[in-house]
Amino acid sequence: MAITSVKNLKEFSTSNDRFEGAHLLCPGCAHSMIVRELMNCTDDNLVISTNTGCLEVSTAVYPYTSWDTSWIHIGFENAATAAAGAEAMYKARKRKGTLKNPDAPVKFVAFGGDGSTYDIGFQWLSGAVERGHNFTYICLDNENYANTGGQRSSATPIGASTTTAPAGRVSYGEKRNKKDMLAIMAANGASYVAQVAPNKWKNMAQAFQKALSTDGPCYINAMSACTTEWKFDPKDTINISDLATDSLAFPLYEIINGTELNITYRPKNVLPVKDYLAAQGRFKHLFKPENAHVLEEWQKRVDEKWEYLQRREEARV
Amino acid sequence: MSNVLSNEKRGMRELGAEKKVGWNEVTHGVVLHSFEDDAADIALRKAEDRKYSEFSSYTATVASWRVIKPVYNRDICIDCQNCWVWCPDSSIISRDKQILGIDYDHCKGCGVCVEVCPTNPKSLLMFGEALSSDDAIAQWPVKEKKEK
Repeated sequence: MAITSVKNLKEFSTSNDRFEGAHLLCPGCAHSMIVRELMNCTDDNLVISTNTGCLEVSTAVYPYTSWDTSWIHIGFENAATAAAGAEAMYKARKRKGTLKNPDAPVKFVAFGGDGSTYDIGFQWLSGAVERGHNFTYICLDNENYANTGGQRSSATPIGASTTTAPAGRVSYGEKRNKKDMLAIMAANGASYVAQVAPNKWKNMAQAFQKALSTDGPCYINAMSACTTEWKFDPKDTINISDLATDSLAFPLYEIINGTELNITYRPKNVLPVKDYLAAQGRFKHLFKPENAHVLEEWQKRVDEKWEYLQRREEARV
Repeated sequence: MSNVLSNEKRGMRELGAEKKVGWNEVTHGVVLHSFEDDAADIALRKAEDRKYSEFSSYTATVASWRVIKPVYNRDICIDCQNCWVWCPDSSIISRDKQILGIDYDHCKGCGVCVEVCPTNPKSLLMFGEALSSDDAIAQWPVKEKKEK
């Protein structure tokens, strides 16, 4: 794989953009930071498929495309299937010798939002990973269906107020906990699974490069702070991401071959999860006295998860 | 970096129609080519060496979204590239490890670049859209003293 150096930011800045501006994502959207970084961290040809979602509707508004690579969109659920199909055909044509340029390195990447990954495209993703296609699936996890007005998905964490799980007099918002997609994908047989966040750009670029150079299906869960539905100021995207990774609400780790877990970022000062929640409008109601138990629940779950990850890393399993 | 397609022409070019094309009249399964030439080595070329087609959003603009704009001050900048890596709209122009300025055709004025700028005072600040860059630089704040 022809990789761009990500040793330091200055060297990385000499890479060439293949994701163009004037897409219609919200100002301050983290989706484009993640996508652009993926495309900048390699010089290989990319074949990209995208599930329906914010990214798809905003980057391919006829008559414009923001993609400088091969790009395909089919339906809500099947970016994984499209990438798998393209990869299978590429392999077959390579074997038959009918490729125009057989030596050019090609990588297959699929993007999906959390709605199309955790819920709607779950079966399709699971199938593609099970078949062992050589592709990388990147979930842009903004914890709700942001494109259609902020409905809950199974990635929505407990206590978040969404349009289909609104907080009010009776309810404190979403009651169920977030699905652990990384554990599911690792158990599903993915060769490489990682959680990344755009504020840790180097960590993210290294995970992308590792996934692209790994033979077999890879799954990356990228935290994508959503200024519209998490309800914070567009300028604060990176600040919110910092709070998320430093409070361990989004721990950054990787699982290799389903058996080797490494924590890839350890915050020097662990912040209380309250700080992360207080910065977002969707958790505003949790700071009322009657909802104090949800804050405790949040902190407890974050602590338990971190403890679990550390124990797994230590035991090398 | 001029705007090749103006807003009035959106959706008309492919079919050559005089009126705006509706959803039912749009060509099915259309392939939009981002470039006018062979794009096999596109990953190795900078924007200025590429021949963008009228379908690439690079030739479009979202400048009208902005009410405030970032202004860049070369004198204070240390070329750390934080703004480049975190700009969601690929609007910070960086060449040979140096920041050259802001692409105002693609900038939506979110202000992330100002937040991530580490210098004191910041080398990027938000100003009203109507203010010229020279006027903005003239009223740049001086270095803040560290609080003890």
